[in-house]
Formats: sequence, C-alpha cells, structure tokens
Amino acid sequence: MSTTSATTANPLKPAGGGRASTLSPRRIRALARAELTLLVRNRASLFVALLLPIVLTFSTKTAAEQADLSGTGLSVGTAVLPGSVGMVLLFAVYSNLVGVYVARREELVLKRLRTGEANDVEILGAAALPSVAIGLIQSAVLLIGGALLLDTGVPSRPDLLVAGLLLGTLMMVTLAAASAAVTRTAELAQLTPMPLMLATFAGSGLFVPLEVFPDTLAEVCRWLPMTPVTDLLRGAWTEQLSGMETLRALAVAVGWTVLGGYALRKRFRWEPRR
Amino acid sequence: MDAIEVEGLRRRYEAAGGGTSGSGFEAVRGVSFSVREGEIFALLGTNGAGKTSTVEVLEGLARPTAGTVRVLGFDPFTQRAYVRPRTGVMLQEGGFPSELSVVETATMWAGVTSEARPPREVLELVGLGTRCDVRVKQLSGGERRRLDLALALIGRPEVLFLDEPTTGMDPEGRRDMAALVRELRAEGTTVLLTTHYLEEAEQLADRLAIMQAGRVVAAGTTEQVVAERPSRISFRMPADLHARELPLSVPAAVDGRRVSIRTHELQPVLTELLLWAREAGVRLESLQARSASLEEAFLEIAQAGHRPEDGGDTSAHMSTDAVTGVWA
Repeated sequence: MSTTSATTANPLKPAGGGRASTLSPRRIRALARAELTLLVRNRASLFVALLLPIVLTFSTKTAAEQADLSGTGLSVGTAVLPGSVGMVLLFAVYSNLVGVYVARREELVLKRLRTGEANDVEILGAAALPSVAIGLIQSAVLLIGGALLLDTGVPSRPDLLVAGLLLGTLMMVTLAAASAAVTRTAELAQLTPMPLMLATFAGSGLFVPLEVFPDTLAEVCRWLPMTPVTDLLRGAWTEQLSGMETLRALAVAVGWTVLGGYALRKRFRWEPRR
Repeated sequence: MDAIEVEGLRRRYEAAGGGTSGSGFEAVRGVSFSVREGEIFALLGTNGAGKTSTVEVLEGLARPTAGTVRVLGFDPFTQRAYVRPRTGVMLQEGGFPSELSVVETATMWAGVTSEARPPREVLELVGLGTRCDVRVKQLSGGERRRLDLALALIGRPEVLFLDEPTTGMDPEGRRDMAALVRELRAEGTTVLLTTHYLEEAEQLADRLAIMQAGRVVAAGTTEQVVAERPSRISFRMPADLHARELPLSVPAAVDGRRVSIRTHELQPVLTELLLWAREAGVRLESLQARSASLEEAFLEIAQAGHRPEDGGDTSAHMSTDAVTGVWA
C-alpha cells in the first residue's frame, strides 16, 4: 500500500463484507428494518403470512375432530398444532421468502447491495429476518392458543419443540433461497414454492399422521423436508419419538438444510438473467 | 500509485444453463489500463463494447475469467472486505425497492456503510433534499440517478465508480453531476466513469479509454486520443470550378460540389487554401475548419471496428469503405 493513499481507516483491516468475515449486527439491523417496512407495505404478503395459517388451523381442527385418532396417541390439539406450526413455516417463511428474494433480485436490489459492505450472508439473512420473526411469533401464538383452547398443555419435551422450530425455520430459509434461484420472474415466484408445499401437505404429516399410511409410503414420506420437523414438533407432546427416530429426524432436517445451502451457494443468482 | 489497475482482463458469459463447453460470449477480451489516484478516468464505447462488463469486475461483482484487477491494491472480488468500505458504486441501473421512500433507502444504505454521512445531508448534496419522503417508484429517471449517486457518496469513497451516471438526466441534472464530480476530484477522489455523452467525457476526464468489441482501441488524454485523428476542412466549390483546379497537395474528397479535406496539418493546409482562394478570386461557401473532436475520433473508431462478425450496422460499414476508397 502506498502511504500517499489518503484514508482514515487502516487499509489492512477489513470492515467486514467478505464471505468469511463476521456478521455485523448494525448492517443486519439496517437491512432487516428496510425489509420489514417493505413487508408491512405489501398487503398481499402480509395477509398470507399473518392470516392464512390461523385460518387453516381452524379448518384442520374441524377435520381432526371428525377423524379417528385412536391408536395414534394424539389428541385433537396435538394432531392439529404441529401441522399449524408447519403451515406457518411454509407460508410465512418459505413461500413468502421465495417471493422476497426473487423480487429483490429482479429489482436489482441484491446486486446493488452487493456493491456495498454487507456480505452475502447478511444480505440474505437480513431479508429473511422479518418473515422469520413473523413465523416464530405466530408459532408462539399458536402454541399458547393451543395450550389454552385445545388443551395441549405444556409439551413434555420442549427440547424437541425448539429443535423442530429452529431447524424448520433455517431449512425453510435456505430452501426459499434455493427455490428463488430457479425462479426466473416475480410472477413465477407464486408457482415455484408449490412442489414443496404440496408435497408437505400430502406427505409430511401436517394433517394426517404418517402412521395411518401404508409402511412403504410412510417410509418414503419420512425423507421429505418437512416430515422430520413435524415429527419433532409432534414428539414434543406425544413422547412417542424414540431416540433413534429423533436422531433420524434431526439428520434428515439438517440434511435438507445443508442441501438447500449447497444449492443456494452453487446456483443463487444475484441479478436477473440477461 | 494507481488506484485501479487492470491487466489482461477477460470476461466470458457462459451460455444459459451454464456448462463448460466453451460456448457463451466473451464480452471483455484482454483489457489493460490503469487509473491514477485522484484522477477522473472515462471509459467510452458503443453499446455492447464491454464497458459495464469491465466495470462490474472492478466493482467486485464478478470474477474475471482471466487477467488481474486491483482496486486500491486489492482484488475487489476475493478481498471485497478490504475494498468495499473505500469504494462507492453507481450501477447503470438503480436497484432500490420501489416501495421504500428516498430517505428510507438512504438510511438503509447508511446502515450498511462504515462512517456514513447522515442520509439527509447526502440527499441534500445531490439535490433530493425536498424529495425525502417520496417513494422510489414515484421518482423520475433523473431523480433515481441522483439517489443512486447519493448512496455512492454516502461513505465518502476514495474510489467512485459511475456507470453511465447521467443517462436519463435532463441537462440541468447533467450539469449538477459534472459539477459534483469536479468537486470530488478536488477532494482527491478517484473517479471511473462510463458515459455515452462524449462532451461529458471531454470536459471531465483527465484520461480516457475507448472500448470496441471488448478491447481498448484508444487510450490517453483527450488530446492524445484526438491527436492521431486528422483535422477536417470542408467547403462548397463554386459551380464554375473543378476539383482538380484545387492547389492542394492533400487528398480531397469531392461529393458533388462539396469538398472535404482531412489533414494532420490544419494550419498550413488552410493557409494554402485561403491564399489560393484570394488569388483566384474564389468564394468558398460554407467554409468550415476544425480540429478533430473526441466525437469524431469516437465515431471513426466505432465505425472502423464494425466487422460483419460483430453483427454491426452494415450500412455504416459500407459507407466507411466508400469514404476510404476516395481517400486512397
């Protein structure tokens, strides 16, 4: 370095921004605050994120009341609640974030942000924060509401509940970014979340416990991304998850998160295709 | 010391879908130049010449396919943490969430910038002081460029990248931009700008480079770039005179009654012409004599560079040929 370069900062000391550098709370706060403002101004997203999971909870509750839960070890409450939290993760976090990432990319916001000091993790992480916060708050509301209205009580294995919530959230964020990578336009962002959402509805035990499926089908479904999350959440109340099953659920959830992170690293685009 | 060093830079875009088949398009084909500290350097070229592809590598947005790039002594891609706090970037096209207000956008940017100026102060500086609470989507094209500039300046950068900063601006905006860039130079900021407006480059840039099909085809000060180009004299011949009666030793092109002379010795040739005209009692109508301008140099380079494989404008290509035919 030349000594003639007029700079106030020590040029050898990075101010952050590199992939390996530490995260800056100040930068994350600034980006997340802007993203929250945008979320509040986007009525459609806000509606989907805030109301849909609640509405769906009520409709599944009605269905669960008519279902035969004998032999599953579930009550109406513990059958409905894990599914509702799963839906919160799908709608408020996953589906919403696919739209956010694609919109920011297509508006060239991501490209612009990358010219600044924020690093990639900060940019993507901060954009996810408002959705994640809404997802976690809603989950808390559902859990409290369940305890009060559906007599689920306090889960006997809160560690599984926390693990399911955190892993599920992290997985949804990485899968959302990975999905955004294969989404070419903002319009298509309505469509690309569908495969994961439909697969989850059908096969991850959100509404129907996998125990009622034929064995081979249930086995296949256990490898779906959201199944371990539902298993962990449900296990928090039923205590029917064995040690092996718990480990397997954790491994599958971590596996999908890592896979999402890998795809995102390899495929994520910071600007629109030419 | 050079604030920016570019050595043998190549940048290839892979064809859609990726792959390593070697397909794709090479937008930058071996570019080298350097920008001294505190200098204003302009990168000129027609659309598709590779200016933005080059600047994006300097901004650290893309990895070079080959060659090396240094900004303030660092690799802007792999060492971005060292470079970013000291550079300001104005992309060719904004990149702001349309639903944020002007001041919200600037506040966000200040939050990701070390030692940032107060958002309102910098908005005032670019003339957006009264537009703070307007949503970005309601701004005019010129106002967006001003906002973009405000963000680029918020961290008091040592090196400023301006990619077509005045596109979409009205004349007043362009004048303000030019004044601001001059002020920044006075403070010691290094500025790399690309532009379509040649007079802008002529007025602002200490040195410039003209790019053509991914290569630098001319570089230096405006004077140096223009010096290699001939000056031009043109007039209309009186109807009763033939071109061959002209006394000139230099080749002249005649198109009907219109005569053009291109020369590297403007003064002696012009003197000879005028003395001859006085003695012969000839009146030279619409007489013009001018040194080569950057615009002329640019157009000449741009046209000479058009080859059929570039898919360029073939009519321009043809007419260049026709003109050179006459000169030969």
